[in-house]
Amino acid sequence: MATTTDIYPGRPYTEVEGNYLTHEKGILSWLTTVDHKRIGVMYLMCISTAFLFGGLFAMVIRWELFAPGATVPGLNADRYNQIFTLHGAIMVFLVIIPGIPAALGNFVLPMMLGAKDVAFPRLNLMSWYLWVVGALFAVISMVTSAADTGWTFYTPYSTTTQTAVIPMVVGAFILGFSSIFTGLNFIVTIHKMRPEGLTWFKLPLFLWSIYATAIIQVIATPVLGITLLLLIAERVMGVGIFDSTYGGDPVLFQHFFWFYSHPAVYIMILPAMGVISEMIPVFSRKHIFGYTAIAYSSVAIAMFSFIVWGHHMFTSMSPLSNMIFSAVTFSVSIPSAVKVFNWTATLYKGSIRLATPMCYALAFLFLFTIGGLTGLHLATLGTDIHLHDTYFVVAHFHYVMVGSTMIAFLGGLHYWWPKIFGKMYSETYGRLGCLTTFIGFNVTFLPQFVLGTRGMPRRYYDYLPEFQTLHAVSSIGAFIMGAGLFITLFCLLHSLKWGKPAADNPWGSAALEWQSTSPPHYHNFTKEPTVGDPYDYQDFKWDPKAEGYYKTAEGQGAA
Amino acid sequence: MMGITLMTLFEGAYAADKGKGIGSWLPSAGTEHANAVDWVFFFINAVSIFFFLLIVLGSAYFVVKYRQKDPGDLPEPSPSHNTKLEIIWTIIPIIIVVVMFIVGFANYMNAVVAPENAYLVKVMGRKWSWTFEYPNGYIDKDLHVPVNEDVKLLISSEDVLHSVYIPNFRIKRDAIPGRYTVLTFKANHLSPEEGYHLFCTEYCGTEHSLMHSKAFVHERADFDAWLVKASDYVNNLGPLRAGEKLYLERGCKSCHSLDGSSGTGPSFTDLYGNSHPLADGTNVTPDENHIRESILYPKAKIYSGFQPVMPTYKGSLKDPEIDAMITFIKAQSNVSRAEAEQVQAEFEANKPQEEEE
Repeated sequence: MATTTDIYPGRPYTEVEGNYLTHEKGILSWLTTVDHKRIGVMYLMCISTAFLFGGLFAMVIRWELFAPGATVPGLNADRYNQIFTLHGAIMVFLVIIPGIPAALGNFVLPMMLGAKDVAFPRLNLMSWYLWVVGALFAVISMVTSAADTGWTFYTPYSTTTQTAVIPMVVGAFILGFSSIFTGLNFIVTIHKMRPEGLTWFKLPLFLWSIYATAIIQVIATPVLGITLLLLIAERVMGVGIFDSTYGGDPVLFQHFFWFYSHPAVYIMILPAMGVISEMIPVFSRKHIFGYTAIAYSSVAIAMFSFIVWGHHMFTSMSPLSNMIFSAVTFSVSIPSAVKVFNWTATLYKGSIRLATPMCYALAFLFLFTIGGLTGLHLATLGTDIHLHDTYFVVAHFHYVMVGSTMIAFLGGLHYWWPKIFGKMYSETYGRLGCLTTFIGFNVTFLPQFVLGTRGMPRRYYDYLPEFQTLHAVSSIGAFIMGAGLFITLFCLLHSLKWGKPAADNPWGSAALEWQSTSPPHYHNFTKEPTVGDPYDYQDFKWDPKAEGYYKTAEGQGAA
Repeated sequence: MMGITLMTLFEGAYAADKGKGIGSWLPSAGTEHANAVDWVFFFINAVSIFFFLLIVLGSAYFVVKYRQKDPGDLPEPSPSHNTKLEIIWTIIPIIIVVVMFIVGFANYMNAVVAPENAYLVKVMGRKWSWTFEYPNGYIDKDLHVPVNEDVKLLISSEDVLHSVYIPNFRIKRDAIPGRYTVLTFKANHLSPEEGYHLFCTEYCGTEHSLMHSKAFVHERADFDAWLVKASDYVNNLGPLRAGEKLYLERGCKSCHSLDGSSGTGPSFTDLYGNSHPLADGTNVTPDENHIRESILYPKAKIYSGFQPVMPTYKGSLKDPEIDAMITFIKAQSNVSRAEAEQVQAEFEANKPQEEEE
């Protein structure tokens, strides 16, 4: 029976009973919580703080590069090298890798399954503490003599430089375990905690992508851990593994490092693809196009991700290895292309509502298309040799990591915000933030494609005058983007206090998490959620008074 | 659309900076290989622009056309999958990337497989300079090659990773300590007066961005003449100027300053003839023999407060070069400056008047 009707139409917002945010009070109740929702919120706060620092470092970098020579007062080449290292390490290890899975995934995943929590709630809390400890090590490195190796820690530079490489490496090692535990937790949760009727092919695509991500996290991250330990052993004890003066091989480090760090690129992008697969159908009021293809392509990307690491090393490997890795690299482009076609096709004959999350989804589509297509220039051997280690590569991976993952993260944050905090933000400021960030991002990174094509190498403190105009434009873009992110921050924080109370299902999603109250009860659901097709919007009606959707008929609506 | 327009604008901005016409996406091509790379680059660009426009214009059209009027609106039913369409949009990209792979690989092999009888130049990277050793043993800070001849670069590094990158030739190869890597090219144009850029593209620390040499392409006869003259630089420049050239080009200046400040090694200022404490507690007052020893056996006497990290120059500097270096170091001390300048002055006075051709 339609038991939900008594809650939905015209439901005035009342204090939600058992609101997970307020049912226990005090900071200690947060620090000892095993509630996946609270852990998600704690991740969100920590990751946002790290993002702020990583972003400020980016601003310093772009300010320095505004003109050739020394630009920022007091910033010499060594300091600059430390700052771009911190920017990279913080953004990769503390922000982008945990961003969507640990913050949004933690909150949403059990609820999408209609479950009460993840499979191992205490392990989940421990993952968060490991993140914090890892972050502290990064801070220790920062305040002593920050590492200046670049986030890739290439040997023998990293084993010989005088800066505090070890704290940074230990931090990355610990963060790796945080990531492994989260992945393990999610795999078990998805396998064991689906309610009856929620078969694999009825899972929301976000869960497919989180699942594929978790597999990579569990398999690839230990390799990073071992590599970083070897690096420490080499630095401390002079074990000759990577340093040729002790009979080691520096290129071996690159193999080990990228064996993790290439799959890690997919740890970053797969969850983003999952978020987009949730948002586009909801705001098109239409079933996602090609569900099966998108689900399988996530798994395919996860598998291919393990055998393409060599494409980071085309300038140091043998021609035979280069040939093999170039060929395999192209195979990753196919499942990615399939996803993009499917998202575009989902828009066809939809009923498209340009709410803030949808604006982010469309921005993602634009930026990911550029990020993905410029990958072709880099997978092709002849052109990669020219573009490798230039600004072309910098622009390419920022289009994927920031333009795609970060934008999807922000989109997902706006999408689930009403559920997480029970408040609606201002659509005007939300969209303005999205548009400003989008414009700023393109102004920052499009010129960098041209810079790289013209031969501007990356990680340069100083550059030739002929590159100045493009660098200056790029720097201006970075400041526009920074402004956009501050508008977004303001918009979201403002909503916490002054935002309108959110309806339980403000976007009309058919996924299970929206069957809870906004914000949810600390047990997630007070009534057993009804399982159905997560992309079937036929039975949803709009309620203008509550500014949300409610379901008219019983669960199993016609397709 | 916006992206393409913006990129064209940025390209224009670059061209304006360089004082060149708009439309040159890549640096001017200095080899046949570079032309081939450019062709592949434009092919990939064309494919990318096509798919970019397809996706972006397609979704923009859908967003405008199917814009929701009221949140309660339900769209007219449309299929949620179409096997035929999905197979087509999987197969077509597969065909395209196979083509890309093949042309890209064929093109890459040109830059790594050196033909027999190629002219060999040994390239050595160090923090933070390049040196280029020619078959006669002469070492220069820049790369000079004859036009229309195959050249093979044998690349290595003395310390950390570096990477040789000549944008105009579209080639790049890492310099790896403890092993050799190879690049090959055949320049088919003379270089401009100021030479082509040769960058380091593998991050290597403080002066990574200043590790910048030039590549010059000469006619064969000019190249030979250059090499003969350059190789005899000690006799052409005189001991003091030759020592200065060595100081600037062979890696001394990265560690030994001329302003009295300590770097990785002691400053050359007032080094000669003054007493300095050593790490073992004794003192040394550098004379000609001490400097010669430090160049050839750098770890024999370690100055207090410094690490034994200097590489030996045994075998890489010849006796006249060591003499020149000693003269240059002498010129940095108040006690011996007059003597060093006297030597150079006598050289200048007795130097045969050169008849420049």
